[in-house]
Amino acid sequence: MMNTIGIWIGALLTLAIYSFLYKDNPFYKLAENIFVGVSAGYWAVVLWFDYAWPNLFEPLFKKGQWFNIFPIFIGILMFAPLIPRISWMVRIPLTFTMGVAMAVSITQIVQGDIFPQLQATFLPLTGVSFFDAFSNLLIICGVIFTLIYFYFSKEHKGVLGISARIGIWFMMVSFGASFGYTIMARVSLFIGRIYFLLHNWLGVI
Amino acid sequence: MLFISLIILSSIDFKAFDTPNDDGTSITLMWQSDENFQLFEIYRSETADGFFEKIGEVEGVECTYRDVNLKPGSSYYYKILGKKEGITVSSQVEGPVKAIVQYFNLSRLPMAVCIIILFSAIIYYITRAKKRGKLFIRKIPALNAIEEAIGRATEMGKPVLYVPGIMDIDDPQTIASMSILSRVAEKTAEYGTPLYVPTSRSMAMTMAQQVVKESATRVGRPDWYNPDNIRYITDDQFAYVSAVDGIMVREKPATNLYLGTFYAESLILAETGHSTGAVQIAGTAMPDQLPFFVAACDYTLLGEELYAASAYLSQEPVQLGSLKGQDFGKLIFITVIVIGVLSQLFKWQFFINLFNVE
Repeated sequence: MMNTIGIWIGALLTLAIYSFLYKDNPFYKLAENIFVGVSAGYWAVVLWFDYAWPNLFEPLFKKGQWFNIFPIFIGILMFAPLIPRISWMVRIPLTFTMGVAMAVSITQIVQGDIFPQLQATFLPLTGVSFFDAFSNLLIICGVIFTLIYFYFSKEHKGVLGISARIGIWFMMVSFGASFGYTIMARVSLFIGRIYFLLHNWLGVI
Repeated sequence: MLFISLIILSSIDFKAFDTPNDDGTSITLMWQSDENFQLFEIYRSETADGFFEKIGEVEGVECTYRDVNLKPGSSYYYKILGKKEGITVSSQVEGPVKAIVQYFNLSRLPMAVCIIILFSAIIYYITRAKKRGKLFIRKIPALNAIEEAIGRATEMGKPVLYVPGIMDIDDPQTIASMSILSRVAEKTAEYGTPLYVPTSRSMAMTMAQQVVKESATRVGRPDWYNPDNIRYITDDQFAYVSAVDGIMVREKPATNLYLGTFYAESLILAETGHSTGAVQIAGTAMPDQLPFFVAACDYTLLGEELYAASAYLSQEPVQLGSLKGQDFGKLIFITVIVIGVLSQLFKWQFFINLFNVE
């Protein structure tokens, strides 16, 4: 019985959301508000039980980690804008979060992005088949010309301009391929929804 | 059935050593043997003649084992038993082996050198920018269009919608987006145009409120600031985008700005905005989402241009200098790639190995 009710709710909300394709209407507004409200409530519960309680409050109250009071205090400062006299204190947790995130991301980006991509571009042009050599040359040129496109210190004129234009062509080709690939994935999601409506809800297939 | 278990002290060539470049909590064991064992059992003791406790076993094809969660500075003794068809062969006892803390991971020295070079270049160019004033940055068409788009919204008497992405303020793209929001808020406050900023994270909402409020104060329009225009919607990706779509079709902004980190919701946003007739300017460093923005928006900031936007719009020496420093880094990377390709040609393996990442 509950399963049937769930299917009906899912099907009606699916159709309500899809009605947006025609135009904005009360059914879409209803589905939108249900979606926003339920998801906000769900994430509030997840954030408390999966993050705040086990990482902050449980160690403080049950394991005696008293120094957890400092991040809790910094978190409470996020509510400072509610009191106009001390609203400026909200900058403390904001800048702390940004600063730590940026510092951590420096090594992450160098280790996880820059170095692997550099090494992946050290490709052989000799000692391999003609097709592999041509393919490797395309990759090397694509990386170099794309880097030149993102060079901001000089106007893109002359040789630099031609190189930058080749770089943008490489990017557009890759965007087209990525676009087509992702559209295929989205169509399969759509097929999944239609299957749910026709099989689980209506039972016609 | 009786199994004959024969323990033989035989030739399992075995060594144990402190794991290099670690935090002092592991010891590595390596061995080799001519016998085709089915199983290796690893034993550990804290004294040479004490009780050896079994700590693990590996299949016969393996020849290494890493003992972890050890106490730094403590010494241990190890032995290995190789087993096959009822026969057990024992290695010699190896030890004492001490687990030592290495305070500097030498395998990451090339990374440290890279970061130092980049930082030095950025600091140099910031210093130069402070002394000389403006540094040149080439034109970025999408950024020139932002001011025109805001002017269009003002003339039409419609609001501007600014979507700062769906990630939190610990994401570099969100921070870059907030820098651009500051400039957009200055313009919209000057013109008196409403600015809507729906956010998907509560901290991003708080930061956006601070940024917009300060921008309004900076241009002498603190009365223009309305905190209700900067709202937290929900953390859920598609619930957020359904709400933003609702804002687009009901409030009908004349200009939509999508600047930050986006995922699958990018096309939903851009197509809905296009259907309302708004001018759309997008910017993200997510390669999978750029195609959708390029297809559906009037202007798109590609990748690095999002990060350069703040320097371009503000023309502040510090930001211009850091952008110049990053450009210097790109020149270094191009040089490294050329040398890397030559390394493949001339078999300079040491240069290729410099970029191995553990």
